Amino acid sequence: MRGDQINLQNVIARSATQEPSPQERSGGVERVTKLIDVSRCIGCKACQVACAEWNDLRDEVGNNEGVYDNPLDLTPDTWQVMRFDEHEDEQGNLEWLIRKDNCMHCAEPGCLEACPAPGAIVQYANGIVDFNSEHCIGCGYCVSGCPFDVPRISKKDHKAYKCTLCSDRVFHGLEPACVKSCPTGSIMFGTREEMLDLAETRTSFLKGRGFDNAGVYNPEGVDGTHVIYVLQHADRPGLYSHLPEDPRISPLVDAWKGVTKPLASVAIGISALTGFVHYVTAGPKEHGEEDEAAVREDDAREREREERP
Amino acid sequence: MTLRVTRRQFFKLGAAGMATSSMAMMGFAPEPAVASIRHFKLTGAKITRSNCTYCSVGCGVLLYSRGDAAINVVDDIYHVEGDPDHPVSRGSLCPKGAGLLDYIQSDSRLRYPQVREPGSDEWRRISWDEAFDRIARHMKDDRDANFVTDDEDGNSVNRWTTTGMLAASASTNETAYLTHKVVRSLGMVAFDNQARV
Amino acid sequence: MTNHWVDIRNADLIIVMGGNPAEAHPVGFRWVMEAREHNDARLVVVDPRFNRTAAVADDYAEIRTGTDIAFLGGLIHYLIENDRIQRDYVRAYTDASLIVSPEFGFEDGLFTGYDADSGEYDKASWQYEYDDEGHARRDASLEHPRCVFQLMRRHYSRYTLDVVNSVCGTPREKIQRVWDAIAETAAPDKTMTFLYALGWTQHSIGSQIIRTAAIVQLLLGNMGMRGGGVNALRGHSNIQGLTDLGLLSNLLPGYLTLPRSDEQDYEEYILERARPPLVPDEVSYWRHYERFHVSLMKAWFGAAAREENDWCYDWLPKLGTPIYDILHTFERMHQGEVNGYICQGFNPLAAFPHKAKITASLSRLKFLVVIDPLRTETAEFWKNHGDYHDVDPAEIDTEVFRLPTTCFAEEDGTIVNSSRWLQWFWAAAPPPGEARADTAIMAGIFLRLQQLYREEGGAFADPLLNLHWPYRRPDEPSPEELAREYNGWALEDVRDEERNLVIRAGEQVEDFGMLRADGSTACGCWLFAGCWTEGGNQMVRRDNSDPYGTGQTLGWAWSWPANRRILYNRASARPDGTPWAPGKAVVWWNGQRWVGNDVPDFPPTSAPDDGQAPFIMNQTGRGQLFARDRMNEGPFPEHYEPFETPIANNPLHPDNPLAKHNPGARVFERDRENFGTFEEFPHAATSYRLTEHFHYWTMHNRLNAIAQPEKFVEIGASLAEELGIAKGDRVRVSSKRGYIEAVAVVTKRIRPLQVAGQTVHQVGIPLHWGFLGETKKSYLTNTLTPSVGDANTQTPEYKSFLVRVEKL
Repeated sequence: MRGDQINLQNVIARSATQEPSPQERSGGVERVTKLIDVSRCIGCKACQVACAEWNDLRDEVGNNEGVYDNPLDLTPDTWQVMRFDEHEDEQGNLEWLIRKDNCMHCAEPGCLEACPAPGAIVQYANGIVDFNSEHCIGCGYCVSGCPFDVPRISKKDHKAYKCTLCSDRVFHGLEPACVKSCPTGSIMFGTREEMLDLAETRTSFLKGRGFDNAGVYNPEGVDGTHVIYVLQHADRPGLYSHLPEDPRISPLVDAWKGVTKPLASVAIGISALTGFVHYVTAGPKEHGEEDEAAVREDDAREREREERP
Repeated sequence: MTLRVTRRQFFKLGAAGMATSSMAMMGFAPEPAVASIRHFKLTGAKITRSNCTYCSVGCGVLLYSRGDAAINVVDDIYHVEGDPDHPVSRGSLCPKGAGLLDYIQSDSRLRYPQVREPGSDEWRRISWDEAFDRIARHMKDDRDANFVTDDEDGNSVNRWTTTGMLAASASTNETAYLTHKVVRSLGMVAFDNQARV
Repeated sequence: MTNHWVDIRNADLIIVMGGNPAEAHPVGFRWVMEAREHNDARLVVVDPRFNRTAAVADDYAEIRTGTDIAFLGGLIHYLIENDRIQRDYVRAYTDASLIVSPEFGFEDGLFTGYDADSGEYDKASWQYEYDDEGHARRDASLEHPRCVFQLMRRHYSRYTLDVVNSVCGTPREKIQRVWDAIAETAAPDKTMTFLYALGWTQHSIGSQIIRTAAIVQLLLGNMGMRGGGVNALRGHSNIQGLTDLGLLSNLLPGYLTLPRSDEQDYEEYILERARPPLVPDEVSYWRHYERFHVSLMKAWFGAAAREENDWCYDWLPKLGTPIYDILHTFERMHQGEVNGYICQGFNPLAAFPHKAKITASLSRLKFLVVIDPLRTETAEFWKNHGDYHDVDPAEIDTEVFRLPTTCFAEEDGTIVNSSRWLQWFWAAAPPPGEARADTAIMAGIFLRLQQLYREEGGAFADPLLNLHWPYRRPDEPSPEELAREYNGWALEDVRDEERNLVIRAGEQVEDFGMLRADGSTACGCWLFAGCWTEGGNQMVRRDNSDPYGTGQTLGWAWSWPANRRILYNRASARPDGTPWAPGKAVVWWNGQRWVGNDVPDFPPTSAPDDGQAPFIMNQTGRGQLFARDRMNEGPFPEHYEPFETPIANNPLHPDNPLAKHNPGARVFERDRENFGTFEEFPHAATSYRLTEHFHYWTMHNRLNAIAQPEKFVEIGASLAEELGIAKGDRVRVSSKRGYIEAVAVVTKRIRPLQVAGQTVHQVGIPLHWGFLGETKKSYLTNTLTPSVGDANTQTPEYKSFLVRVEKL
């Protein structure tokens, strides 16, 4: 299969798998980061088009819903969207805040933590969190595991899709397609260290232009992200189309992990196997209250997403 | 292995999920759980340096095509991205430039000369020879009938005003130069390009 | 552009007015962002809409569409009265000191010489006062009451802050803030650049808006400087090239002009154009006009062009009306006076104003030829597309040919970007189906015509039978052959005045200085001379090094004229030849000659002591604050209302109906009947591009269709509230000429303005989408726009018209 050619030692985490990846040849892999400076974004959607072109995605041609945003939301065929917000401050000054929304490539990825399909989600040493579609079972656990509401399940093949940070380009020494296209330098790419430095420089620039609360969005709740924002109003990320204030992995995932962790023991493994055989032969067990709550929470999120303009 | 399981169903299947995990642990994984990075699609492509012909920034673009122009191949452009050497664009492209592939490959591209006869409701495919012959005939008939050699004041004016032309500001200088040369040799004056508007 | 894209990074202040580069030129806009980041520059946007450029600007001021002359005229008043001009520059490099004829005057909105019946000016009085030598009189103190400076000062004294506020609707404090920011750049070491595009040209006063900006830049000393200039961002990829090559009804290549009917004598034709200096010893480069003209005739008519026949002067068509522009042509077509029309990569049904008139006009043609890579609305104007285009094919007798052509990816050649760079590109793949290059199509039609004339004879066949056609494949001239031809070559050995050999017969010329008026050289476009020399094709050059750190990249492609990157760059140095400021240096005098980081735009050994002024193409050598007779509605720009204005009169001339609109505008009587009034159509509308699309092309591309799929109009929140419109509602927008329907984008980014004591709402109408392609089918925006044009360029007023918005 295609994945075989990849140097496995670049994988540092793999969904639903306990055996460690090879780690000896770990040198030479730098963590990478994509910086999105919202203050320089003109919302031109070059990144969006370049992403679709590179990744051979052609979404449906939609409708205009009375806003500049289009497509309106992420889909299995649209891995990033521009979200436009008109914000008027107390003095009546208008700002048009435009945020590129895509996978944040969390250092602690909720999707990967939540994924039950072995190897369907991996994290590389460079920080990229990638979906390995061959192994995806379309369960949607990554969707509820993601604090940024990014993965989408395809109706065509029942697999999850999201931004790969152009892992194919990055592994060949290139920057992601969105980064390359960006006309204004709003999207930048480099090692994590360089990008964090640049983010500080851009922040000071903004402070010099009167944005006292400018800052970097690199949320600790997920141990930092490999996609970071420079925001004019870092104190109010919610202004930017509901960018979460303090994203954390959903408690549901912790609960899930609580159940799976003991699987490290072979004994429980065997009992689980028994459970699996039971499921195959006799159908599913009753689900617990905790799962029921999770379903409700998840449904609510979905409704919210659908209602978003 | 493709499990057709909806998300809601899966939440109901906690134990099954566990089972999958533990089976993998025990070496029963349905497929090797390895990373799969998409094949790098530019390997071996022919790269041609070009310029975007939408706006007037003149961004450098790289056209990636399958085929190396060998005699047995019809080259096909399958990817376009910015030329990092270009001093203005330095590899960037706007959404139009980034979408150039779909212009080159658009279903709306014309492939054959066509004519729509007077009063007709449809196009009919014709040959280039027929197209050129018929157009030249029209032009000559109109020019011969309406060419003005002298105006009312007796000035020699040698102009043709009853057929006009719009040239394309997205065409090359070479096209433009040749077009201009031909048009003026015919005495045509109702001649403009997008710079007029 | 007087400067170029990368040079924007050298600016201290970027004023975007009449343009929206973040949307229409996003990649060029990068250099604005670089100027902000690395040059601590400020970006200020003045526009009817808070657009995507404004989204990243340091300041934004709203303005009523079509009132930019008022805004900038007020600025001129402010700069002069507060002495915030660069005096040394103004005195030495502009015509401020020249004295104007006592006959010249301006009263209640009209300059001297207006004839209300013809709607034209007699421009005889729009001149300087000349001495016996034909040189303009001067007063270096700038005190003479009739010197240009004092006249200009008086002219703009009416443009006070209150007046500007009332005309433009821009809040006072915002006007003042913008003016102050601009005034800062009067300092010799500060520069401001104006970035504009169709938002300035597409008005009945478009040319004069741009002239007002040029006056401002001259007063501030920002012309010829790094990071300065008046920069036309331009619309299409080779609109610069087609203009340079003169594909306009009244032009020949290189800004040479076609003769008028009354110019029967060749000598007079040349004398009229080979203009002598109006100030002693100035360069006045156009005095070499004949060299360029004769070389062109040699390139076109070869051996047939001889001195004895005035180089085939008789073969050039003579204009019977000043300009056969598109408004004129479609007016004639509408009246049945045009039988044939050829559209090469042009979609007039979508692109020209008053679509109903265009449809009716095309229907009266005998034949229409459309040469295009794509399906176009024009080619299918006879087809019924339901509500979007309701015609009956059976009633349309036009024979329509549709010829498929290559797109850029399938051809070699050059385009000229707005930096004036000629850049060569290469084909990557064959065209689809039987599509052919435009050159092959033009050759195909021409050779058939030639053959018919040979066989049958016909009207005035000499020019076309003798057209110089040296191409190795006559039916498919190659781009290389054509490029070599427009560069020019020597037909005989060319010698200078001392009989030294300049260039051998058969060699490509190195520059336009080698061209001669005696028939010894041929050149298809003198301005491009130097692009393909004996050293080969200069346009393929790809050395992007920038040794001076100025962004000039002299080794990249080739820039007209003479590979020069900043026009008028002599003005970057003081009269004594030293740069105004080290950080802004372009060229300087090293004791023997002009040197620098760009090709000097000046005679290379003209010493500062010789006193030649920097604007060498002008007869005065100076920047023209006073346009003399070169503009059709007056030597100083004056504010006139759009032909469809939301207010009752021109606030500057409320009592003179003749001065309500541009008195010299291009307007036909029958079109006047189709102008609406604000009583019936109360909303001021403007049309424009969006970044996701390019005119009517990208709607054929799935990727762009996804990014912006359906026609919308932008309506301010307060108007929307008044009309009960919510975002996403469908609305009907009507003008006197028709209506469109679209989705409403309701936005805080368009604010109501207080204009002349009333509230004016503006409505934004993107020009994209039509009834073909991948996007949702839609009405064409130009259903709504009026058929009226600028007085000098005849460019239609797409940017200011009246509509009525209703909820559906």
